[in-house]
Amino acid sequence: MVSELTTGQRQMALTFLAMLALLGLFVAAFGRADPIGGHGWLVLVFSLLSLFAVLTNYYDPEPAADRSAAYYDAPVKAGIIIAMIWAVIGMFVGAWVAWLLVNPDLTFVEEAWASFGRLRPVHTTAVIFGFGGNALIATSFYVVQRTSRTRLAGHLSPLFVLWGYNLFCLLAVTGYLWGINQSKEYAEPEWYADLWLVIVWVAYFVLYLRTLARRKEPHIYVANWYYLAFILVVAVLHIVNGLALPLSWAQAKSYSLFAGVQDAMTQWWYGHNAVAFFLTAGFLGMMYYYLPKRAERPIFSYRLSIISFWGITFFYMWAGSHHLHYTALPHWVQTLGMTFSVMLLIPSWASAGNALLTLNGAWHKVRDDATLRFMFIAAVFYGLSTFEGSFMAIRSVNALSHYTDWTVGHVHAGALGWVAMITFGAIYASVPWLWKRKTMWSPALVEVHFWLALAGTLIYVFAMWNSGIIQGLMWRTYNESGTLAYSFLESVEAMHPYYIARAVGGSFFLLGALVACYNIWMTIRAPQPAGALQDDHPQERTDPVLEAGR
Amino acid sequence: MAIEHDTLVHLSKTFGLFYLIALSVGVLIYAYWPRNKARFDAAARAILNEEDRPCP
Repeated sequence: MVSELTTGQRQMALTFLAMLALLGLFVAAFGRADPIGGHGWLVLVFSLLSLFAVLTNYYDPEPAADRSAAYYDAPVKAGIIIAMIWAVIGMFVGAWVAWLLVNPDLTFVEEAWASFGRLRPVHTTAVIFGFGGNALIATSFYVVQRTSRTRLAGHLSPLFVLWGYNLFCLLAVTGYLWGINQSKEYAEPEWYADLWLVIVWVAYFVLYLRTLARRKEPHIYVANWYYLAFILVVAVLHIVNGLALPLSWAQAKSYSLFAGVQDAMTQWWYGHNAVAFFLTAGFLGMMYYYLPKRAERPIFSYRLSIISFWGITFFYMWAGSHHLHYTALPHWVQTLGMTFSVMLLIPSWASAGNALLTLNGAWHKVRDDATLRFMFIAAVFYGLSTFEGSFMAIRSVNALSHYTDWTVGHVHAGALGWVAMITFGAIYASVPWLWKRKTMWSPALVEVHFWLALAGTLIYVFAMWNSGIIQGLMWRTYNESGTLAYSFLESVEAMHPYYIARAVGGSFFLLGALVACYNIWMTIRAPQPAGALQDDHPQERTDPVLEAGR
Repeated sequence: MAIEHDTLVHLSKTFGLFYLIALSVGVLIYAYWPRNKARFDAAARAILNEEDRPCP
């Protein structure tokens, strides 16, 4: 990574890392009486290790004078590898907490950090922000360069975005284990980690805009619109929901600026839009590039993709209040959220249908190519889970589904079936392109991963549908005398078989991710094939015009 | 001046409705404007181009 930087840029990186190390030292010193001190040490170690990595490669030869003749893929490659590491961590913890629900004794150690309440946010953060976020950053860097036909606008800032983001993820995950948590779902990290993420995210936004401004294509391809919506709106959501006042500069604990029902509404405005713009818009960007590319067919209707883009961005904003049905939130705000959630079905299905119709005429490829099949299944699950989501947002349906495992099942239909599947598809497509290989090391293992992931998702989702509906019904069944027919504990006992099934499904999914890691590792390690491919794509090329840029 | 609950309700029931309708109409006109079709089709096809280095 360092070899792509000039000496001046290497010096700037060293200066920045030294300052960061100093900041870490200050926090460690002044916060030594508080958990924040531990995070000071973490920042110190992280920046010293990075400093060391730059120093060891400091005297590497400088890059060629004109770097703009090639795409900047070093951060993309690193991002994909880091995403897979987070995938394994996050899915392992996920499988662990799933087994904990089957057998509460599986904590193994009698320590606070090993309790369900601390492990659960480690799972969600590691899979959503660690795996999903790194995959989004890496693929967005890949896609914006290819669709704009220009190199990323900067050499240090992409590295800052990638590594700075991962420092945030580390602060988040280690914080939960130490008990640092501001108790806002999907926004658990405390104020200082939030502030750091704001800096990283603004750098990401500026980098993306500057790259687009350099584009050589007249039109900004639709995938970039989705990526840009993801970056911009996540910044807005994160800043507003994170508004908080720390006890002091040397303490981790902070209090939200919002109180009562306003706090709840702000949190779920954030929470649902995190689903909308992190887990949907970003991955739609991924889909609109990789699916047509892999199927070798242009998107079925470009016009439809524009209409669904504006529909999704402007409808999703108002849907968050459906998380607060039957609460102190004013009734009309609940109805507003419900109405927008139902309306969202239109742009959501427009995207899902657009993806599936793009495959029309390429079904033989879907059959033969597991990578494209990952993307196909992702589009199917996207359609399914957006339908389910609109349905569950209706107040009377929510009366049955809310607080039950049905919600958990719905989230995982989206997270495993849509988000993870499209990501695996995009990663399997990019890895050979990036490392100049003809194919993945083992297409058979891609096939194995596909079936493990699909089986895992189906087992998981069916288990939670059953469990959730049984739970919901047991909680609202009355006997002749007008009192509840079942105690809460009876409903917990009824869940046990489904919890076993869920843990099995989740373990299948984890196993699939491990297979993927092995396959990616072997693809990277495999010796460069004879007559090594110089360009990204596996096709042999003879066109002399393409040589001009070398 | 504090923003009253009623003001917000009034805003969302009037302005909220009209700007979303205006936005939807605007997007539809933009997407289906005949002159834009060639540009959109070109953009959809351009990503399939096999060229894989930045334009000079």
